Amino acid sequence: MKYLTPALLLVAALAASGCANRNNRGADSGMGAGAGAGVAGPVDPASNPASPQYFSQRIGDRVLFEVDQFTLTETGRATLNGQAEWLLTNADYRAVIEGHADEQGTREYNLALGSRRANAVREYLVSRGVPTGRLQTVTYGKERPLAICSEEACYAQNRRAVTVIAAGSIS
Amino acid sequence: MMTRSFQSLFDPAALGLALVSCALALILSLAPATPAFAQGGPLRLTITNPNVQPLPFAVPTFEAETPGAEQLAADISRVIAADLTGTGVFREIPATAFVSTVDSFAQPVAYTDWRTINAQALITGAVAVNGGQVTVKFRLYDVFSGTELGAGQQLVGTTDGWRRMAHKVADQVYSRITGEGGYFDSRVVFVAETGPKNDRRKRLAIMDYDGANVQYLTDSSSIVLAPRFSPLGDRVIYTSWDSGFPRINALDVGTVTRQQLATQQGEMSFSPRFSRDGRSVIYSLSNGGNTDIWRTDIGTGQHQRLTNAPSIETAPSLSPDGARIVFESDRSGTQQLYVMSATGGEPQRISFGEGRYGSPVWSPRGDLIAFTKQNAGRFHIGVMRTDGSEERLLTASFLDESPTWSPNGRVLMFTRETQGESGAPAIYSVDVSGRNLQRVDTPAAASDASWGPLQP
Repeated sequence: MKYLTPALLLVAALAASGCANRNNRGADSGMGAGAGAGVAGPVDPASNPASPQYFSQRIGDRVLFEVDQFTLTETGRATLNGQAEWLLTNADYRAVIEGHADEQGTREYNLALGSRRANAVREYLVSRGVPTGRLQTVTYGKERPLAICSEEACYAQNRRAVTVIAAGSIS
Repeated sequence: MMTRSFQSLFDPAALGLALVSCALALILSLAPATPAFAQGGPLRLTITNPNVQPLPFAVPTFEAETPGAEQLAADISRVIAADLTGTGVFREIPATAFVSTVDSFAQPVAYTDWRTINAQALITGAVAVNGGQVTVKFRLYDVFSGTELGAGQQLVGTTDGWRRMAHKVADQVYSRITGEGGYFDSRVVFVAETGPKNDRRKRLAIMDYDGANVQYLTDSSSIVLAPRFSPLGDRVIYTSWDSGFPRINALDVGTVTRQQLATQQGEMSFSPRFSRDGRSVIYSLSNGGNTDIWRTDIGTGQHQRLTNAPSIETAPSLSPDGARIVFESDRSGTQQLYVMSATGGEPQRISFGEGRYGSPVWSPRGDLIAFTKQNAGRFHIGVMRTDGSEERLLTASFLDESPTWSPNGRVLMFTRETQGESGAPAIYSVDVSGRNLQRVDTPAAASDASWGPLQP
């Protein structure tokens, strides 16, 4: 993968200024990273429809799943319609789709389940016209929970697929 | 095949690693201490007996044969006692109950003094230190028969390897009394975890079976999961996200060099295990959302697809003879265990109880398969025969998973994670009978243990 374009460096700088959001940790681990906290200047990046911030905050970068399922919900498809439209409009960007599971399951199974969820999103985006070459999938299984209680309220947020926008083509 | 460019990513010295080289130079037998006059049957403890009573033993502090060896002699005696007590089938008689002492290793044993306090086994020993070299001698006595059980032995090693020497003595004692192979002189590779649940940092680490001598093998810059020892214990394979995607890495334990395993091309590969000869790796490959089991020959780089189904096939584990593979699949609609030929082919389902079954591991003895079971909101570690019969659940908690077998197939370690926002994993051990549940004493949160072989 190439990480050299100025646009991505800008994204990285914004993310770093938000909160601890290290590399390799799943780009959604810091909710609201780059959302403005500590960013100099009055302009909210999310107000620019061509910005990745707009994608993640206004369109919605994630879809949620039922327990042990990888079929997309009605709400999920609506979000993905918006994602597809954005990706078709902003052709300079690619996306990595992260598949996640809640903690109710074995590690190995959840890796496979996360892979199914990420792929369900990819297939849907492709069906809406996004070129496959701009989409990659990665599973994190249950390794990157967003909400940390051991209740359904948290599990529901963790059973997710997150579309992370990055600049440049897939090498 | 392995990628040819070795990446020396970690400098062992910089990480403070003093990897234990083989500390034991010599093991030799001593002449019998006393003539054997067996009265009645020899001392024998059948650990598979479900009603086994812990066998009382005494370990008087080993004699210091050289000036300054007192502390080491005391430490070695304590590790031997802890090893035996930790099995749950031995019980130590405290020194405060002794009616006599053993001042000299060479002295004849006063059996009546040990019978008085009902010590069935007596372990005596001596420790000498010369420079950096340690010599440990020990004898095991069957107190009620008034005989020595097996020959006395002498071990020579380096000072920093003293715990291994103690474990070797305890392994001998355990084996002679139970008739089983030992497991104390073994190491465990695992994942050391720090940080909160939503920002967990994971590092590969290695330790002695009892949690001592922890050394870190990777940093925490990317997620690492589920390390597995090679059959000889010289290499570890694990899953790492250091490329941004889950891929299988191999790491040489001695030199701490690692390399990415060139598995079949796919998006993601995980859940690896070595074959019994260490020459190939079986693992899961995920492509287009579908996960199947593959095998890659490390030497030739040849790949072989072992399952081909739209369902999830993962967590493969080979039988000790290398002929069969047990794995989990949700082809029936829920996670269940299946056994197939090591070359693939039609699998046979072996799990039929209520709930879901995952992470199966074939016992090194070949007789049992350990697994994780999820049922009615609880997780269990269980064992079943290799045809799926005689299922027994050994544990129950909010989250138990990932069993691994001791080298002798009598004990399992597994991961237990506690519930809630401050939930964290720890490694536990349990006897295959379900007795003797214990937390392994790791310095911080720990998961995904893989128990290595008995060291040479």
